[in-house]
Amino acid sequence: MGSYGRTRTGFVSFCRPAFREGLGIRRSEMPEAYIYDHVRTPRGRGKPDGSLHEVTALRLAEVALRALKDRNGLDTRRVDDVILGCVDPVGEAGGDIARAAALVADYGTHVPGVQINRFCASGLDAVNFAAAQVMAGQHDMTIGGGVESMSRVGLGASGGAWPVDPAIAIKSWFMPQGVSADLIATKYGFSRADCDAYAVESQKRSAAAWAEGRFGGAVVPVRDINGITLLATDEHMRPATDMQSLGQLKASFVQMGQMGGFDAVAIDAHPDVEAVDHVHHAGNSSGIVDGAAAVLIGSREAGSAAGLKPRARIRAFANIGSDPALMLTGPVDVTRKVLARSGLSLSDIDLFEVNEAFAAVVLRFQQAFDLDPARVNVCGGAIAMGHPLGATGAMILGTVLDELERTGKERALVTLCIGAGMGTATIVERV
Amino acid sequence: MDLTNFRFETDADGIALATWDMPGRSMNVFTNAVMDDLHAVIDAVVADPAIKGCVVTSGKDNFSGGADLTMLQGLGRAFEALRAERGEEEAMRHFFEESRKLTLLFRKLETCGKPFAAAVNGICLGGAFELALSCHHRVLSDDPKTRVGLPEIKVGLFPGAGGTQRVPRLMQTGDALQMLFKGEQIPPLMAKNMGLVHEVAPRDEIVAKAKAWILGGGSAVAPWDVPKFKAPSGKVYSPAGMITWPPANAIYRRETHDNYPAAKAILGAVYEGLQLPMDLALRVESRYFAKILRSTEAAAMIRTLFLSMGELNKGARRPKDVPPTSVKRVGVVGAGFMGAGVAYVSAQAGLDVVLVDQSVEAAEKGKAYAHKLVTDQINKGRAKTADRDALLARITTSADYAALSACDLVIEAVFEDPAVKAEVIGKVEAAIRPDAIFASNTSTLPITGLAKTSGRPENFVGIHFFSPVEKMMLVEIIKGDQTGDTALATALDFVRAIKKTPIVVNDARGFFANRCVGAYLLEGHTMLNEGIPAAMIENAGRQAGMPVGPLSLTDEVAVDLALKIVKATEAQLGAHAIDPAQKALLVRLVEGEGRLGRKNKRGFYDYPEGAPKRLWPGLQDLQATRVDPEDVDFSELKQRLLVVQALEAARTVGEGVVTDPREADVGSILGFGFAPFTGGALSYIDFMGAKAFVALAQGLEAKHGPRFAVPRTLLAMAERGGTFYGDAAARKAA
Repeated sequence: MGSYGRTRTGFVSFCRPAFREGLGIRRSEMPEAYIYDHVRTPRGRGKPDGSLHEVTALRLAEVALRALKDRNGLDTRRVDDVILGCVDPVGEAGGDIARAAALVADYGTHVPGVQINRFCASGLDAVNFAAAQVMAGQHDMTIGGGVESMSRVGLGASGGAWPVDPAIAIKSWFMPQGVSADLIATKYGFSRADCDAYAVESQKRSAAAWAEGRFGGAVVPVRDINGITLLATDEHMRPATDMQSLGQLKASFVQMGQMGGFDAVAIDAHPDVEAVDHVHHAGNSSGIVDGAAAVLIGSREAGSAAGLKPRARIRAFANIGSDPALMLTGPVDVTRKVLARSGLSLSDIDLFEVNEAFAAVVLRFQQAFDLDPARVNVCGGAIAMGHPLGATGAMILGTVLDELERTGKERALVTLCIGAGMGTATIVERV
Repeated sequence: MDLTNFRFETDADGIALATWDMPGRSMNVFTNAVMDDLHAVIDAVVADPAIKGCVVTSGKDNFSGGADLTMLQGLGRAFEALRAERGEEEAMRHFFEESRKLTLLFRKLETCGKPFAAAVNGICLGGAFELALSCHHRVLSDDPKTRVGLPEIKVGLFPGAGGTQRVPRLMQTGDALQMLFKGEQIPPLMAKNMGLVHEVAPRDEIVAKAKAWILGGGSAVAPWDVPKFKAPSGKVYSPAGMITWPPANAIYRRETHDNYPAAKAILGAVYEGLQLPMDLALRVESRYFAKILRSTEAAAMIRTLFLSMGELNKGARRPKDVPPTSVKRVGVVGAGFMGAGVAYVSAQAGLDVVLVDQSVEAAEKGKAYAHKLVTDQINKGRAKTADRDALLARITTSADYAALSACDLVIEAVFEDPAVKAEVIGKVEAAIRPDAIFASNTSTLPITGLAKTSGRPENFVGIHFFSPVEKMMLVEIIKGDQTGDTALATALDFVRAIKKTPIVVNDARGFFANRCVGAYLLEGHTMLNEGIPAAMIENAGRQAGMPVGPLSLTDEVAVDLALKIVKATEAQLGAHAIDPAQKALLVRLVEGEGRLGRKNKRGFYDYPEGAPKRLWPGLQDLQATRVDPEDVDFSELKQRLLVVQALEAARTVGEGVVTDPREADVGSILGFGFAPFTGGALSYIDFMGAKAFVALAQGLEAKHGPRFAVPRTLLAMAERGGTFYGDAAARKAA
């Protein structure tokens, strides 16, 4: 894989595409973006009794950024941008938390920051955007990540037109995500038992991964200002979960679906469905948690100048809009897209990381591609460990990279379903 | 001051009283002249320093029914003319300003600087209630006939003179949206509890109370014009708003399937308006109003559900030269479900009823049904025990036909068998006066045939009720070949007395409504035979605007009855008159599976105890092939279900069964719930344009067969660019 110096890259990027082709420069010869490191906080229960409830969103982001800096001995003068995903960027998380986090983590006044929001894929997209800056040759070293304090800011605190303004809510079949997840289960034939069995497996895998120390390389404890550890492991997990304990839980979206009118919306959008089967509940849906993550991205040259060894390459990424009524099937659509764009096929991918927003999301993904569950979410996922919305994408990217290294595998695809019907996917491969 | 429609006087306390009392009309209504007068009243109140404030009231039994909808129709014509002359945007600008005149008038009243109070008696609806809402104080009469409300949504409009802005500033957003969506007429106490009015008082005290409020220093500033005003639900973007708005948007879709732009405009106007100060909020409301006023749905619904229905209710089809008949005593023969219902609605209308069946016990069983229905009303607080006693006292039961002797009208509702009917006709005619009218409540047997056994066919008429009688607003009156004008007039007067809407049709198999319903059911059954998933068929029916899907409706009618009708049609008209695949489907359900419909809790649906009905999973096994849902053209399913009905309606016109398009339209909506936003089965064609409809039907015919063949008369109409209503007007003029 060739790499180009700054001057030449700069020149090429000024050229019109036709001219570039005339020069015989192909896409693959553009600068590549490498992952040098990634860190995440543990995930705290997103409630007032959660261990991170006393920790501000800013502090969570600071912990991740500071760890990335410290453990890599990073000269932050090399960092061109910090991009953080955040889904409810209001209150303490509002007003460009990425710039505030870079400053508070002592990256220096010259390091800018930008906060982005693509709902649940924000953390992955932050990594993709950071990589894109490098691939475009405009930046050399960037950080992508995300932060969400769901216990402090609150799910949905940022409001927005989509569920509220009739002009878009009606047109886009707005439903709470749980109703959409139930619609997916109904339409594609996943029963309550199927979803519960998936959740039990998620808990098992997460517990095993923690027990084997598979997250040890990535997780940095959150400490108070005196250095006392507040949280060092994911605290949302319930390893003892079994079918029987899940069977006690009531489906969460029955009343919303029936009284709130959303079942009717689901059926209007998918008239092959007679009645929505409400199968999701707190135990087979992603947990509400607090957390932050950061991924260090850079060009080959920037990395070697900083004395860092690249761990993986961002091979390809893609975004897509999907059926807004099903809302959460975007991972299927975007996976097709990113595979087609990258010239890879399913068999080229060793591991899949599909955010466990709801059990039916992953079950549908496996069904659509006829995948062996042994290749999907091998370390468990958000059902057990939680889904700190804006940070999750960066977290699971790190998880699967660690797992590729641990198992000696080469390539993984990370994808998340997204509100309003979107999907984001990234393919990483070890170098 | 020169006022035509108001009396204006100022009392010794300096309180003006503007009494709305339009000359030569029984009901006050908004016209341009009324608006001019009201401007003059406001100007006079403001100009005269001796006047402290003004009470607005009505000089009639009712306050007002609101705006004259024909005035609104006139606006549309003016727009078309101006568009041709000055172009789209200029015409629209003019139309916008014209369509918000009431809004600006009411806002002028509200901000004129002197307190206005409304003293409201009787009916006060639509624009009239919006006038009251713009007054600073509202006193409502406690007269039981008093009703306020904003019913515009029922004719495809919405309250566009401040209603969508003032109501959600008076109550919680969710309650306001519900009120605007439902368009119900609200009785006094409920209006007070909802916060719509400030006081409820005896009728003769409302003006005094209103004056007293002004004298007591009532404020001339509306709550929403006070700085720092907070709407009852607070800001749209707030935790409360997040609980209200997403379900409101969803419920809109659940209730309308997105077929009613006026309801969506209410959501938009309230959502946007609540985020703005009143003047701008009203401007946004007006923008939506101007848009909705020009919508096809509003035009169609105003014509059918307001104008045509009103005309039919007032006797548009009544023979003019027959003097008013007086039906005081009604005989009902056959105390089954239909007969009992007819007895009930007649007694409820204050008529004396003689209910005859083979035994007194059977007749009493029919009367017990009336007892049950009033009891239900009592339990809902809508009637008193005294009402039940009075109503039941009006129903006499008997097994003796002689009890019918004093009846002015006798309606038979016995078994649908010509021999049984003939026997009843003979017995009744032997008992009643020679001038009494005999009516048959048949749904399947031609009236002319039945009348052959009558000794006086000119006094013989068909009165076809729909089931359940107490709920269904439509009555088909069938003219046999020899039915005389007096019989027809009597039937129409009777239907008017029981407050239902009549349509008059000529005698033919299935008359009007059941033919269209039959086409709807057949199309649903055909889809099932094609392999379409049953849920999609049902959802297509509902999303097309029908109240229930075709399979569900079959269950309600009874699957075995549907099969019986198919078999009878085959026996009488031959094998070509029926669809063998439909017959096979019904035979398998009824004879193979014992699935008769809701009545035995097994039909196209299962009816589990205490749970919602679900489609019978076994339907899949009746399908020879199964189409993948992803391969179904769902919008075509919806079209098929409406087009088959519209074609059948067009055939009834072509065959002379229906002679007035108003009756087909009103009949289709009231009789079987044909997608009301279309204005009815013929308006569906007229508003689409006959040419476009014919093209659509021919495309479906090529794909799905001769059910979609276009009748000759409609082809001809499309060719000359005609409409059903245009043709009817031309016939009338000729």
